[in-house]
Parts: sequence; structure tokens; C-alpha cells
Amino acid sequence: MSDITLSLAEIVGEGYVSDKEEEVYLYARDPGLMPAHEPDYVVVPQTAEEIQKIVRLANKEKIPVVPMGAGMALTGLIIPLKGGIVIDMKRMNKILEVHEKARHVIVEGGTSHGLLKSYLEKNYPRLRHSIPDSPSTATIAANVMIHGQGRLTQQYGFNSDMVTGLEVVLPSGEICKIGSCAVSPDWFSKGAPLPDLSGLFLGWFGATGIITRVGLGLYPRKRMRDVEIFVTDREDLVPDIVFELTHTEMTEDIVIFSQPLPLIFKGNHHVTMFITGDTEEELEFKRKMVWDALDGFIKSKDGGFMWVQPAMKPTLLEMPQRSVTRFADVKKGGGFEYSGPILLVERYPECTRKAEELSSKYNLGYSGMARIIGKGHCMMYGFAFTFNRADPDMMDRVRKALHEVSDYALDIGGVFWKATVEEQRMALDRMDPHTRNLMKMIKQNLDPNGIMNPGNWEVT
Amino acid sequence: MRYEEIVHRCFRCGYCKFTSDYSDFNCPSYRKFFFESYSPGGRMWLIQAWLNDEIKNSDRFQEILFSCATCANCVEHCVFTFSDDLVNIFTAAREEMVNKGVIPPGVRDYLKNINISGNPYKEPADERGRWADGTPVETYDGQEYLFYIGCVGSYDERAKKIARAVGDFLIRAGVSIGILGNRETCDGNEVRALGEMGLFRFLAEQNIALFKGLGVKKIITLDPHAFNAFKQEYPGLGGEFETYHYTQILAPLIQSGKIPLKEYRATITYHDPCYLGRHNSEYDSPRKILKSIPGVELIEMDQNRENAFCCGGGGGNFFTDILGGGEDSPNRIRVRQALDTGAQIIAVSCPQCAKMLDDAVKAEELEGKLEVLEVAEIVTRALA
Repeated sequence: MSDITLSLAEIVGEGYVSDKEEEVYLYARDPGLMPAHEPDYVVVPQTAEEIQKIVRLANKEKIPVVPMGAGMALTGLIIPLKGGIVIDMKRMNKILEVHEKARHVIVEGGTSHGLLKSYLEKNYPRLRHSIPDSPSTATIAANVMIHGQGRLTQQYGFNSDMVTGLEVVLPSGEICKIGSCAVSPDWFSKGAPLPDLSGLFLGWFGATGIITRVGLGLYPRKRMRDVEIFVTDREDLVPDIVFELTHTEMTEDIVIFSQPLPLIFKGNHHVTMFITGDTEEELEFKRKMVWDALDGFIKSKDGGFMWVQPAMKPTLLEMPQRSVTRFADVKKGGGFEYSGPILLVERYPECTRKAEELSSKYNLGYSGMARIIGKGHCMMYGFAFTFNRADPDMMDRVRKALHEVSDYALDIGGVFWKATVEEQRMALDRMDPHTRNLMKMIKQNLDPNGIMNPGNWEVT
Repeated sequence: MRYEEIVHRCFRCGYCKFTSDYSDFNCPSYRKFFFESYSPGGRMWLIQAWLNDEIKNSDRFQEILFSCATCANCVEHCVFTFSDDLVNIFTAAREEMVNKGVIPPGVRDYLKNINISGNPYKEPADERGRWADGTPVETYDGQEYLFYIGCVGSYDERAKKIARAVGDFLIRAGVSIGILGNRETCDGNEVRALGEMGLFRFLAEQNIALFKGLGVKKIITLDPHAFNAFKQEYPGLGGEFETYHYTQILAPLIQSGKIPLKEYRATITYHDPCYLGRHNSEYDSPRKILKSIPGVELIEMDQNRENAFCCGGGGGNFFTDILGGGEDSPNRIRVRQALDTGAQIIAVSCPQCAKMLDDAVKAEELEGKLEVLEVAEIVTRALA
């Protein structure tokens, strides 16, 4: 064992550090298409104090440190671009406290969405959190770190907007509290009424610190949920449909999907809206409001409500939707990747046409999916392409298609979500120079040795 | 490698690691080691890397492959259409390693012992039926059922008590059974799980010929591992026998009231053995028996039935102990889960699980608080 391995073993225990070929291979890659970069060490700590010691060791030795949740961003954010120590956070998976009346929870930095969902359903059946459709192993800390979205995003914004406090290990090794918890025992706000320092960490992909605790807002969990699908073959009307729907304030979540296969879906845009209620009356009232809101589109014969077969409902209503993950095996090859720029809802028609164009150009299977963020303030449009891992040519075509998406998204006013390193560079190039300089100052001041997930958000 | 055309299809999404409600990690090797490499998805990617010559067959790789308890939690929870083949893929990879002669020493020794002695304990065949001494269980001679014990029930001291309890009870219940005694040899379930397909085939064909020669039509097994081999693997080799786990025979007899039971006050939680539960979908018979005992309160662990957490003994780990040791060994985790229910007794229906959990009770210093008992042993306490 090397000296570093021995030092890490002293911190986390011998069983939870590895510099072996197998872990080096596996932690060099995520399930997406980014090139592999090998770590030198992988550790699986159990406490913030252990992470503190790891970071201090890394600072002393000038070794990069890359925190990792489940690696489900697919854009290479947990790939150690310059080697170093990958910190797998998933052993830190305790739910520390639920404040029922104040509707928030405090979890450790490796806690998965699946675990929190299960815990709340069992212990606090009137509370829920915003569950993304990434696999249940996706961690809450990583999800807010990448500004993820979830089932409550249409109502309450990005999942990171729902953060109510953070505990962060700074690059210097200090453990720092962010939000109300910095001055109070209560984790009710990530910033206000104080200066909101959460922005020093959220969205930075671990380049400024490692989140070891998250306070997360919880929301009312109604007893019933249902789903309605409004179908139109006119993509240009989708922004208007979304505008009418969000005006009702009746929906839990709105996603719009289009895909060429199976053929029954081809050419149509499926505005999928979820509604909730504590009683049948509440559900029926909301359903009626939604129907009334879209009545004009029905009268003009531009769309109509699709009969959602009872057998289809469990698939649509489950959280997370496992069917999203199954897209990876459409080509019997275990892979998909998507670019999901955040942009105005009015860009939907051109995005969906672009997805179709790229699919045709590169001969790829695709799915287009938009999730509405806030009351139509913006959307995430996912250009998703499936590929076969055993087909390098297909993988290359997906890379090219995604590269085109990146260029295209910027051109139409989009901002990259969970940006790849290349997209980060593109965004920095396009960024207001004063903003770019501010980012540079923040990074240099927080992480003067440049050890935190180097390669990400690097302003040169 | 068999299944080579599937290996690359794993997305490594991680659903395979969980229970169906995501309340906990339910893959025993992942739960112990906590590196992605020890999860089903990690194994899939590493097997692919090995097949592509991107990594070599190292001690670590062997530990990763052979620490799989073949518990089939991944089969149950993987979201892809190839989920049924996950354990088969891991077994096929082990087969490749066995064929190349590069396997962990513990696995090698186990296989050698089976090959030489017909059991992993290097015990003589003459000792095999000794567990039945002093019981009314007789040698098979055309009885309705062959009562097949397996290596653990035949040689392990704790498991021999279980064999006696089950044998005794079946006789008391009027079930016509006979044992093979010194003619019994290993069923091969673990040999197969460890990837020695040639030896498995040899054992299976030998057993099938013996059973057929004796006119065996129906088999009752003590051990779910043997039950699995006879039910799932032997038919493909020409061995079609009507096979039952002993709880499947006892449940209707007890429920019908043919065996009167007195009150036995106990709070019990039941641990599903993987080879009875997930591999063969038998969850109810043991529970029916326990619920039929007056005074028994059956409390479920959170992780039960298809979500049961493996004791860590499957896939040969009972013998190789790759998953053993430390607080995060699966048997100790499982015992803590049982303790959380407030039960006094962990009921099992597998001699391997019984031994694994017994050891864990000692390691957790819970003797006096928790007792591990085979279902048949519990019923024996309630006999009127």
C-alpha cells in the first residue's frame, strides 16, 4: 500500500479505501458517454469528520478530491478528470431529523431519494419531497448540487430551490453550516434572511466543497394522485397549453414527451399532468379545472385528452418512474444519455423539431421530454438518445448529436443543465465577463490549491 | 462466456441494490463492502471489462465475483428485461474462472472436497446418515418420499439437530419417508453456484441415476439449496422428480389439524431463505405453519419475502466465508433487523441460514435475547 492509501485507511478504515484495479476501473467512468479518467484512490467514508480529514490530507498532498453520489448525472461530473481521491458518499445515508410541522428534513450527504421516499411514506405519510425520475439510488445532495428537478418542480422550482440548509466541508477542511442552521438549531432556510451563501456550493459540482448534510423542504402529500394526458400533434401549441395549465395552479407536475416509437406515439406531444387530492371531490375539482383550461384546444380540434388505460397508470404514477431508466435498453445495449438544457417553454416547438432532426441525421433512437419548472418560468428539455454499449459507432453518433445539441441550446438562449466539462467551457466563454471573473474569484479564494473536482467550473 | 451477449446491457442504475420500496440496500455484498464494484451493476461492468481484457483476474476480482451470495435480490429488482439472468451471468463468469483455474483458495478447497469426499467437510460417507441414529427415520426402501438431507444437515452439528427435528416430525405426522444414509451425496447446488459445471453435472447425473434406480418419484428436502437443485436444475438433466421442501408437506398437515398442537407462547420473526423464497417463490408454507401454532405471534421484519435480506450464506459463501466477518457481515445485519422487531425467536427453514444466524447471534452478543430455530424445531416445542 502507498503512503496515501495507508493514510486514507487510517481515516476511514482499511476496508473502505481502495487503490485496486477494479475500483480504479469502475470509478473512472459513469454510465454516460464521457471519457474515463482513473482515480488513484476510492474511499467510502461514514462521517463528515472523516471527509474533513480526507480533504485536509488532500490539501497537504495537493491531491484532487471528487465527491460522488450515485453517478447518475451521466455527464461525467464524478469522473476524476485529474485523478486523485473519489469519495463515494453513499455510506453516509442517515435521515437525521424530520421537522414535521415545519416540513423539512435533514439528511446525510449520501442519502438516496429512494430511502427518503420510503422513510417518509412509512413514518410521515402526510409529507413528501420532490422525487426526480433518476433511479432511486440518486442521492439528494448530488441532486441539489446539480440543480435537479423532480415531481414538485412545477410547483416549487428546482430541487435546489427546496434546500433549507447545508453542511459543507470546505476545501480547507472546515465544516461549515449554510443558512439558518448557521445561527440557529433550526434548518428552515438556506439563506434568507441572511446573505444566501448556498450559491457558493449549489451548482458547483463539488468544485467548492463537499455537502455532508442537506436540509430539504417537504411538502403536503395528498392521499390520491392521478394522471391525465392531453395530446396534440401541433408542437407550436404546447407553450400555450402549458400557459393555460400553469394558470390553473391545479397540477402537481407537468411533463411533455414525444417519441417516434411505438408508432402510436409518433407525431404527437403528450402533455402529461399529475393531479393530487385528499378526497375524490378535490381530485375531481382539479380535473375539471384542467379540462376547462384546455377546452379551447379541444373545440378547435387541436388536441384532446387521451384515455389513459388503467394498466398504464401505475407506470406513469410511480416515483421514480422506472420506465425512464428502461430507455437505456431500447437498443439492447444498456445506454442512454441526454442533454437537458434549461430554457423558455416557448422554445419547445424548435427543440422537439431539433430532436427529430438529429435523430434522423445520426440514425438514432430518441425521446424528447420537457419538464416544466415553476409556473412556466422555464423548462428542462431533454434530448435523449439511446445507444448500445457494444456498438462504438452508435456511441460516437450519440456524442455527435449531443454536441450539436449543446451548440444549439446556447444559440436559442438555453443554459446547460449538469453541464459536461465541454459545456462548462462553452458557458464560461459565453458568460458575462464580470460574472466569469466573480466565479474565478470565488473558486480561487475557496480552493486555492485547486483540489476540488478539478476541471469543473475552471475559469482560466 | 455464456450470457456474454447480455453483459454489456447493464446501465448500472442501481435498482438492483435495493428493496422494492427503496427502504434499504438489500444486496448483501454491496451492503458489506459498500464499493460499487461489489454491487450487481459493478460486477456486470467488471465482467465486461475482464472479457475485454481491460482488467485482469486478480484476488480482488475473485473476491468481487465470489462474494455474490446468489440471493437473487438483483433478479427481483432489476428493471431490465434480462433481469432473470443476472445470477446466471455471475455464475457463468465464475464458471469461466473455474475453467481457467484462477479462483479463491476457499472455493478451490470446497470444490476439491466435494469431488473427493462427496461433501465439503472431508467426512466419510459412512457418517452421512448418523444424524438419524436414535430416530425412527429409516433407510429408503420404496417409501412414498425420499427425505434428502444435504451436506450441511448431514454433517454440521447444529444442522444435524434440525435434520433430526424434521425427520422426527415427518414420521410423527405419518409421512412415509426414507433416507439414503451413506448412499447420499452432495446435491451440487453450491457447486453449480460456484461455477464448477462439470462437477455439478457429474453429481446431478449420479444422483438422478441413484434416485431412478431406487424408484424414487417424490422427494422431500431438508435444505432449500437441494430443493432448488432438484426443482430447477435436475429436470434439464433428465431428473424429473416431484420435489417438496419439508415445510410444504407439513403446512397442510398442520393446518388441517391432523397434528394437534398445544399453546406455545412466543414472538417470532421469520427469515426467508433465498433458495426457498426468491429462487422458488415459496414464502407461505413456513408462515402457515408458524401461524397455526396457538400462542405464536408472527412479526415480519421490514425486509421480508421477496425483499428479505440474505443471511450471506448463499452461493457457496456458507463454506468460503468471503462475506463473513465484521459488523457489516450480512448475517449480523439480518440478526439486528430481527432484533428490531422485538421477536424472541428467528424462525428459519434452512440449515445454512440457521447456522449463519446462530453465529451472528453470538457475534452480536444476543444469546439469551434471540434464539434461532428451524420451523420444525418450533413446531416440536408445540406438540401436544
